[in-house]
Amino acid sequence: MELNELYSDIILEYSRSEAYRKPLKEPNRKERGVNPSCGDDIELELKIEDGIIKEIGLLGTGCAISQASASMMAELIEGKTTEEAGRLADTFIGMIQKTVSEEEKLETLEEARVFQNISNMPARVKCAVLSWHTLKEALEKK
Amino acid sequence: MKDYRKDFPLLSYYHEKGRGIAYLDNAATTQKPFSVLRAEEEFYTHKNANPHRGAYDLSMAATKVLEDVREKTKRWLNVPKDGEIIFTKNASESLNLVAYSYGMHAISAGDEILLAVSEHHSNLVPWQMVAKAKGAVLSYLYLDEEGRITAEEVKKKITDKTKLVAIAQVSNVTGCISPLEDIIGLAHKRDAVVVVDGTQGAPHLTVDLEKMDADFYAFSGHKMLGPMGIGILYGKKQHLESMPPFLYGGDMIEYVKEQSATFAPLPQKFEAGTQNMGSIAGFGAAIAYLEGVGMKKLQALEKELTGYLLEKLGNIPYVSIVGSSGPENRIGVVPFVIEGVHPHDVVTILNKDSVAIRAGNHCAQPLHAYLKVPATCRASVYLYNTRDDIDRLADSLKGVRRWLGYGA
Repeated sequence: MELNELYSDIILEYSRSEAYRKPLKEPNRKERGVNPSCGDDIELELKIEDGIIKEIGLLGTGCAISQASASMMAELIEGKTTEEAGRLADTFIGMIQKTVSEEEKLETLEEARVFQNISNMPARVKCAVLSWHTLKEALEKK
Repeated sequence: MKDYRKDFPLLSYYHEKGRGIAYLDNAATTQKPFSVLRAEEEFYTHKNANPHRGAYDLSMAATKVLEDVREKTKRWLNVPKDGEIIFTKNASESLNLVAYSYGMHAISAGDEILLAVSEHHSNLVPWQMVAKAKGAVLSYLYLDEEGRITAEEVKKKITDKTKLVAIAQVSNVTGCISPLEDIIGLAHKRDAVVVVDGTQGAPHLTVDLEKMDADFYAFSGHKMLGPMGIGILYGKKQHLESMPPFLYGGDMIEYVKEQSATFAPLPQKFEAGTQNMGSIAGFGAAIAYLEGVGMKKLQALEKELTGYLLEKLGNIPYVSIVGSSGPENRIGVVPFVIEGVHPHDVVTILNKDSVAIRAGNHCAQPLHAYLKVPATCRASVYLYNTRDDIDRLADSLKGVRRWLGYGA
């Protein structure tokens, strides 16, 4: 992955997105995700009703990559069931680990596919997957 | 002036490949000179046997390497007669040894352990463990606006309840030198024991342990040109002798019966198992290299580079140095941030120009929380760095914001 691919317009745009940058009034799931080596520290808030992710709050700080990945994730899982969101998380993490390569599965990730080649930049992999791991932990916490 | 770079094969290797590295992450680890690599090879090609075990020539040669490097370390640090040098894996292991073998026995409920908010996690988390297990209280020295620990702060925080002070000689984030004389003097007046983390001190400063009077002093070989996998713990014998062993097993015993054992005298009591002999040999060569340069000369070189680094960083738009921007009473470790760009992104972009610095919280999360910055960039110099390395850092930094879509 080259630098211009990493800091592409789409990633920069999502990294600055304020769409989910607000605490929820009544979240029923809260999960903190920390990447100690780089200092990314995010807080994911979810409001889940009848198994559907109704609202998402993304707080905390992080680098452009972690923030962009988190915003894309939020856009993707909003309105989805927790099962669908969990599947998307597995697909995203599988894409990065190169264990998932089926086109029809990757398509479900929409914009988040831009991170497909980040596995060529090992130092940045943790940034891209931080929000997805945080989501998985939030969903598993019943 | 001698070109130290020629002694470092890694620097020459990338230079000859046409991608010379501006290596400015010396606070994380330093490059290794030929002499250190040769000493490791020499051990394994000519002296490899298990020290202390055999009565044959080869084993005695290995034992001699171990004890010669111990003596060399003692001379280099001016270890007093009532002190001993223990070999460990790294500074973290040295500090854990003190926490488990000293802290867990000497600290009781209600005691205070005093440490700086700027401590590296390796001199902080072990004390959290001790405090939790024993019901002791952790109390913190905070920094002034320059990022320094003042004598006034120390006076205020050391109390009759303080049993132990854990303090870095030099902060690995701010590069500031701690007022050890004040700290150790005040602590000893209250009969508190002082554990000094010398990881960023030993590579850069002239260390005189007799004069310093610390109870324990820990550091890693790999941050002072030595190989990875070798750490040092200095301790006063009065403490080391009364402490229980940290690791149990071979080489650290005297007599072993079915139900009990007695332990070897110092230093073997704390050196269970076969030591990392290649690294110990290399560490001896690292001391010899630094002695060859001379610590005074090294400090003069670093002072010049640090001044230049501070000046260059200070002149780049949107770059702010965190903590003290003055060259006095510090080493060449300089933390900074770029407005609007996360440090991890800075480092990735600098990498494109083969400029190597560190980003993150540098194993000092409480300090970053205290400074209210999530992370910082950190450039750190050593004797083989040049003004050209710093110019390359500055030039590369000037382009960083453009990658993130800010106008020039």
